[in-house]
Amino acid sequence: MTVVTRVIPCLDVAAGRVVKGVNFLDLRDAGDPVELARRYYEQGADEVTFLDVTATVEDRATMYETVTATAEQVFIPLTVGGGVRSTEDVSRLLAVGADKVGVNSAAIARPELIGEIADRFGAQVLVLSLDIKRSARVPSGFVVTTHGGRTETELDALEWAHEVIRRGAGELLVNSIDADGTKNGYDLELVAAVRELSSVPVIASGGAGALGDFAPAVAAGADAVLAASVFHSGELTVGDVKAALRADGIAVR
Amino acid sequence: MSAVDPTVVVLDYGSGNVHSAAKALEAAGARVEVTADRAKVGAADGLVVPGVGAFAAVMAGLAAVRGGELIERRLAGGRPVLGICVGMQVLFERGIERGTDTEGLGEWPGLVDELDAPVLPHMGWNTVEAPDDSVLFEGIADERFYFVHSYAARSWTLDPIGAFAHPKVTWARHGDRFVAAAENGPLSATQFHPEKSGEPGIRLLGNWLTTL
Repeated sequence: MTVVTRVIPCLDVAAGRVVKGVNFLDLRDAGDPVELARRYYEQGADEVTFLDVTATVEDRATMYETVTATAEQVFIPLTVGGGVRSTEDVSRLLAVGADKVGVNSAAIARPELIGEIADRFGAQVLVLSLDIKRSARVPSGFVVTTHGGRTETELDALEWAHEVIRRGAGELLVNSIDADGTKNGYDLELVAAVRELSSVPVIASGGAGALGDFAPAVAAGADAVLAASVFHSGELTVGDVKAALRADGIAVR
Repeated sequence: MSAVDPTVVVLDYGSGNVHSAAKALEAAGARVEVTADRAKVGAADGLVVPGVGAFAAVMAGLAAVRGGELIERRLAGGRPVLGICVGMQVLFERGIERGTDTEGLGEWPGLVDELDAPVLPHMGWNTVEAPDDSVLFEGIADERFYFVHSYAARSWTLDPIGAFAHPKVTWARHGDRFVAAAENGPLSATQFHPEKSGEPGIRLLGNWLTTL
């Protein structure tokens, strides 16, 4: 009896539509988020993640409606990230139907936010998103970025991962900015490095392009694998990915 | 279950996730209302007590709507109650989280504390070991259910009393073995989230509805 590897489709949402882009740029329309979430649920997705990529005030209200509409028909956990800056934002997202929230930039700006969320709602609601780029400027060779990878911080990604866990993060979403959108596979060294230090579940993100990309991420230590465009384009279904994992001896639901 | 769909109240006391629970119960065939209104809580065929967050915060939320008393009254009349996740944990005597020791509702003896496992929270889809006579798991005992928690009851110490039906305890394992579900007369509970466990979760809620 143990938990199985989770397969998580991620929907990047802007103005109520799913968008996709390469290295966070050049956004293109990929469909209706509620409809896509429903399709992934039927394909056997273990969770669904929504990322509000613009997180403007106007888009916010649309995002709440999307989450509520999804939660009414998709009976698996929903994570919502993007623009979460306060415990009030978390409270609002949970109230409209989110089960977990993704926090990124706001935790970098004010790390105390992590503890505030964990104390009020429990660590299990808090997915700390890490947008990570390779960089020789920091000791580990991995630096934390913000604004979808456009801005490099001074934070060493592995030190930051350690700190967010200590402060109360319940899960780490490890997104490789270098690999994101390339479809060349996950950054396995990054996944392995974070797994080695992490006492909480680790989600590998960024770079999935082919069926063979998923099992290596699990072998590198990921508890869950997240992908976006390969699912939206219809190239792969969640069922395809699970079958490939199973064929490699990895337990899935 | 009677000819008409059973009525269920999902207790509204400020804990997240109430609407997901309500929608899943509707999908399972219930007529659902999310409220803490005393009369409605008392009149419904079933009461669901969800719970997300810290043990102490859930107890405080329950206290604000006199939830303990509402649950106690229903149970005294043999009227079904289902606790989910922290809504299950608070049914035990005590919870210890991050050094905070909090008194629970005490419907069941025992302690809820942190699991001993290399990776916490226990997050994801896991199997369970249900007793053969379980009603909740009828037809779905081999399915996986969605867990997300770091704390649990690692022992069950309520012994059968006199002529009462013996409690049915379902176990799961993450590091330690822990109570994944319990069925004890009118009081049932699951540590996992049936409302987030896809079709098997809906079926479990449907199984519970048959007891109302």
